[in-house]
Amino acid sequence: MTNEQLNSGNPRVDIEYRRKKNAEEMRHQVISFALMIFLTLIAFVAVAYEEFSGWFVVPFILLLAGVQVIFQLFYFMHMSHKGHEAPKLFMYAGMVVAFVTILCYTTIIWW
Amino acid sequence: MSTIAQKKGFGATLWDYLTTVDHKKIAHLYLIAGGFFFLVGGLEALFIRIQLLKPNNDFVSAGFFNEILTMHGTTMIFLAAMPLVFAFMNAIMPLQIGARDVAFPFLNALGFWLFLFGGIFLNLSWFMGGAPDAGWTSYASLSITSEGHGIDFYALGLQIAGLGTLIGGINFLVTIINMRAPGMTYMRMPMFTWTTFIVSALILFAFPPLTVGLFLMTFDRMFGANFFDAAMGGNTIIWEHFFWIFGHPEVYILILPAFGIFSEIFAIFSRKRLFGYSSMVFATVLIGFLGFMVWAHHMFTTGLGPIANSIFAVATMAIAVPTGIKIFNWLFTMWGGSIRFTTPMLWAIAFIPSFIMGGVTGVMLGSASQDYQYHDTYFVVAHFHYVIVGGVVFALFAGAHLYWPKMFGTMLNEFLGKITFVLFFVGFHMTFFIQHFLGLWGMPRRVFTYLPGQGFETSNVISSIGAFLMAAGVIVLLVNVVITSVKNEKVGNDPWEDGRTLEWALPSPPPYYNFKQLPLVRGLDAYWLEKMDGKKGMTPAEPIGDIHMPNNSFIPFTISLGLFIAAFGAMFHGDEGNTWGVPVLIFGLLFTLGSMFVRSIKDDHGYHIPKKELLDDKDLGGKA
Ligand code: HEM
Ligand SMILES: [Cu+2]
Repeated sequence: MTNEQLNSGNPRVDIEYRRKKNAEEMRHQVISFALMIFLTLIAFVAVAYEEFSGWFVVPFILLLAGVQVIFQLFYFMHMSHKGHEAPKLFMYAGMVVAFVTILCYTTIIWW
Repeated sequence: MSTIAQKKGFGATLWDYLTTVDHKKIAHLYLIAGGFFFLVGGLEALFIRIQLLKPNNDFVSAGFFNEILTMHGTTMIFLAAMPLVFAFMNAIMPLQIGARDVAFPFLNALGFWLFLFGGIFLNLSWFMGGAPDAGWTSYASLSITSEGHGIDFYALGLQIAGLGTLIGGINFLVTIINMRAPGMTYMRMPMFTWTTFIVSALILFAFPPLTVGLFLMTFDRMFGANFFDAAMGGNTIIWEHFFWIFGHPEVYILILPAFGIFSEIFAIFSRKRLFGYSSMVFATVLIGFLGFMVWAHHMFTTGLGPIANSIFAVATMAIAVPTGIKIFNWLFTMWGGSIRFTTPMLWAIAFIPSFIMGGVTGVMLGSASQDYQYHDTYFVVAHFHYVIVGGVVFALFAGAHLYWPKMFGTMLNEFLGKITFVLFFVGFHMTFFIQHFLGLWGMPRRVFTYLPGQGFETSNVISSIGAFLMAAGVIVLLVNVVITSVKNEKVGNDPWEDGRTLEWALPSPPPYYNFKQLPLVRGLDAYWLEKMDGKKGMTPAEPIGDIHMPNNSFIPFTISLGLFIAAFGAMFHGDEGNTWGVPVLIFGLLFTLGSMFVRSIKDDHGYHIPKKELLDDKDLGGKA
């Protein structure tokens, strides 16, 4: 990672490999896009269906939202690729800090 | 563009600094602005000590005392210590990792101007109806009922300045992750770069809670919200939590760069590799992590309950472990080294016992049941001045002497430097040591006066005399700066002769593109390794080629100016019969957004320094 130059020498390096990689990438994106639409539909159905109580629907939707975030990060923002270790580390660290904060607020301020 | 130094007129120089995106010039700006606020904060401190010189003093009124006290703390933390630390980070860190600039030069400038406008805004409160007066912590029940606009200045000013700091922190993170020279692995980074890295991460996570807290405060005070008003269903404790979730990491944001500077100094002037480098890195990371788990030790007496208090007490004491690791490593670095007692080294050596005393009182305060006795007395005042002055301010002085040649190309006078040190060191201990006892005897913190016959008189006199000694030390430093600048004797690459890291391989000050050819780093203390192999400079890692440079820009200034204007609108719009507030608020925000818009649609690809020009330039390093 040290100091990568923007225009790396030869443009035709491993073009075959890149093409294959891109095709695979595309497939992942289409699949996860379809899944995300599907999850969104489920969320709408859950709200529209009157038998479910709010105590079920709200956590359920939040769960779906969490899944969507993961899809978004890993497939559309390429977090699964190499070279994203630092952003990942910082996101996890941020989640830990946020989690501790919320835990603390819920336990010692609000209850 | 020519690289040949030309004598420029005052106007041209001023414009250059207003538009610069060069990390070295931004470092100058931070140093000057931070230094100015340091003097302002120091003046406020002297007023405090004059007022407390004798019982029942009426040098200032009670209300004015609160304003001075609040502004002293706020100024010193946010407008003096932070920017001065940023000055050294900007000046040195990119050189240490072998980069030509930070990752986002434009944002770097933006960060500075936001800080400066925030700072100016805060200090304008003196002339516009009174400064904030609820302490630098601005606890909510007090601050939402504070009369006038003081607290509004606090909330808005810190919001703007804090935005600048956040931007700066992110910028340093990206720089260190992406722009290290070939061979500069993480575990070869100099200690100061490591601490800059961790501190930037702390900034990234600690400033958002402050931002949120300040926004809630802003809305409570200026837009009729009730987040902190218990009578309206709000909760005043939330402010304290937000403030300290930010506030405790903030004290580590200040002290870690100080640790970094001292680590460099100990290695340079003991002529030895830093002892236990990897454990130093580990300790730094651990301190950064634990720093987020301890904030409630500032709130033991608010009634969190025994379980919460115990958890936070244990976590707090755990921080002493990595800090201890560091202290031992510094001692072992000196052990067996051939020590030179230069001015920076004197500060570094004095730092160890001073800081340990602050750490010990910290652990005392961290034990929750004891804290019920100490809390809100002068004991706490003594504690945090021992860590902040004995740690951070000592490091800033040490760093100023150490890096002055790298930043300005001249050496500060060593003799005057040592006088500064002696005056300040003696003054510091005189002022604050006795305050431990004042606290134990029961003198409360943040009182504007005390009664005679309580046994506080002599100690307060001693404390005040010490403050004047510190002021004398600072004045000697200013004289030193003036003399050095007038004499203007330029020095070479490595004026301390024992420089170990990359910055000492460059001319002082470095050319505006830093490295003609990026250096090849072969280990920790890269420059020292080359020197030991009998080489004059670094081995280049690339052939000489065109260098891409960013263009100067005035837009960071205008973006910040817009927010500055908007802040006035936000503050005054609620006043009786005020008609211009809302338009000014909107105008200011549009001004900022407009500037950002111009920035995004204007194509600015920077420029290239042609290879030929670099080859012609003889007086620069990088000849392999
Ligand atoms: C071993 C390390 C440390 C421990 C255990 C510690 C512990 C504490 C505790 C428990 C308090 C709250 C006292 C009270 O209000 O009753 C406190 C206050 C404070 N500490 Fe430390 N501390 C440590 C290091 C530091 C460092 C390194 C700094 C800054 C560079 C620092 C700056 C402060 C400040 C500014 C306050 C006062 C805040 C205020 O109320 O205005 N501390 N410390
Ligand atoms: Cu703390």
